[in-house]
Amino acid sequence: MRRAVLIAIPYAWLLALFLVPFGIVLKISLSDTAIAIPPYVPTLDLAEGWAGFRAFLSELDFENFVWLTEDDLYWKAYLSSLKIALISTIFTLLVGYPMAYGMARAPEEWRPTLMMLVILPFWTSFLIRVYAWMGILSNEGFLNQALLWLGVIGEPLALLNTNTAVYIGIVYTYLPFMILPIYAALDRLDGSLIEAAEDLGCSRLQAFWLVTIPLSRPGIIAGSFLVFIPVLGEFVIPSLLGGSGTLMIGKVLWEEFFSNRDWPVASAVAVVLLLILVIPIVLFQRNQQKQAEAEQ
Amino acid sequence: MKFKTLTLTAVMALATSAAFAEEVRVYNWSDYIDEELLTKFEEETGINLIYDVFDSNEVLETKMLAGGSGYDVVVPSGTFLQRQIQAGAFQKLDMSKLPNAVNLWDVIQDRTSGYDPENAYSINYMWGTTGLGVNVGKVKEVLGDDAPMGSMDLVLKPENMEKLASCGVHFLDAPSEMIPMVLQYLGEDPDSHDKDVIAKAEPILAAVRPHIQKFHSSEYINALANGDICVAVGWSGDILQARDRAAEAENGVEIAYNAFSQGSLMWFDQMAIPADAPNPDAAHKFLNFILDAENMAAASNYVYYANGNKASQPLLESDVIDDPAIYPDEATMQNLYITTPYPAKTQRVVTRLWTKIKSGT
Repeated sequence: MRRAVLIAIPYAWLLALFLVPFGIVLKISLSDTAIAIPPYVPTLDLAEGWAGFRAFLSELDFENFVWLTEDDLYWKAYLSSLKIALISTIFTLLVGYPMAYGMARAPEEWRPTLMMLVILPFWTSFLIRVYAWMGILSNEGFLNQALLWLGVIGEPLALLNTNTAVYIGIVYTYLPFMILPIYAALDRLDGSLIEAAEDLGCSRLQAFWLVTIPLSRPGIIAGSFLVFIPVLGEFVIPSLLGGSGTLMIGKVLWEEFFSNRDWPVASAVAVVLLLILVIPIVLFQRNQQKQAEAEQ
Repeated sequence: MKFKTLTLTAVMALATSAAFAEEVRVYNWSDYIDEELLTKFEEETGINLIYDVFDSNEVLETKMLAGGSGYDVVVPSGTFLQRQIQAGAFQKLDMSKLPNAVNLWDVIQDRTSGYDPENAYSINYMWGTTGLGVNVGKVKEVLGDDAPMGSMDLVLKPENMEKLASCGVHFLDAPSEMIPMVLQYLGEDPDSHDKDVIAKAEPILAAVRPHIQKFHSSEYINALANGDICVAVGWSGDILQARDRAAEAENGVEIAYNAFSQGSLMWFDQMAIPADAPNPDAAHKFLNFILDAENMAAASNYVYYANGNKASQPLLESDVIDDPAIYPDEATMQNLYITTPYPAKTQRVVTRLWTKIKSGT
């Protein structure tokens, strides 16, 4: 009995917060647009009972998914989002790893403060922080002013409204998600293992490469997924920092939903996005499971 | 137990006080009213006014079509209003509660009835045109003294745009206004819903695309005023606000607004009451307050847009009523065109074309 309840709770959670909303989105993706409230047909009328439900089902079709294959815009947007997510995950890792390493190696009494500094930006709204970057990156922004003053550049760099700005914004925003899991992995690392490696003839670099990196791998993987998955569907950062040339699926989805008022196609785009995301999520789950097994 | 009772009483007290304090929720465009009017309304009626703003018709429309927005008064533009009426998003106005409606201007009423037959669902708040904002000094510097500052040639001819690119050009990010503009330039029907005709806009826009710095519907106000850009295709009042900000800053930037000599789009922002408005009675009070000649004049004097209120005209300041950029003369007025909403399929063609122009895919 107790076991059944224990299992039922997470499943109820999953059902209420994932499967039911997904079912609603899937249902809309199979509908057609209409000038009405809400702007699609058919809507389920429970008053007519079973016959009503059957009539409702018969009106659903996969037309919108066929449409997605007919225009290359969608595939280009998915691919470009994948590319942006991949590149920014790599950059976040390159920036985040040394920071996590430094935190783990810092004296014990410093660590809570360093941890605090990583988390501190969350106290300010995410939107305000992205706006701040607009101020930093614009032609008259702090960055260009500083570089001009130092004489590094002759005329302002066009950074804002480019993909570079999008990468900077993403790396900045998602950095804590990379640092924290890596720090957790490095923090648990047994220092005597490195000493042993050095005693056995490894240089510092070799010890780092052969011992520290492999042992922090679970943290690297967890951090990378925590960055990659949300970045794939990112909308706010590319729309504020990116130019009109930045193609991301989040923007395409916005346009379908708001400009075309086509909730069904927008839902179809979202369903496909979810299917693309299922692959990394399953891989992530596997990794977590393996790690849990290894620890037992 | 005692604690519980106490909390319960507190909650009930809160609930009853909320029921007594009457509320009206208004959702209007950003930078679109003199805020003193909001306080004046609260003082006159004792109704608590909650005022929110948006900056795109699309965002408003999505809220309307999702239903249950919780707003009592919203301000969609003509074409959007028409579609939302069809969807059943609004309730008919109760004219007996709007005695100030006699102030409305028949010329504008006549035009808005194209969107809202017999003006049964809405009243006009402001109207304006879509045209050219130019930094006079910079454009002359780049193109010479005879630069076509009131013509579409300025922004649709690649040879002009090539030179202007050095000082910066913004276009509105509003396909339903920009495509008709190009069609008007080509001598086609700007309101065409024929996808072959709409497609003719593409080569013209594609040719000038490399010289456009940004497509955005509100940033150009500050960018023009600061001298960051020298040309913007934008809304009349916004550009006039930029002109005033530049004049106040005394930064040597002189901004001018011109409707296109080829004919400009005329648009109307209409106040309407959602079908599921929580407090339609207070909403009518708000509309009646806005329809008051003095209040409407205060709003226009503040935002530099023309209004649909005939009685407010004697109360307008001369830099509003006498400015042909705001209240166009008869000849320009004849030259203005309006558009109707695109059906869903055409809308898709237009959005797709716009994405293609903006992003190259």
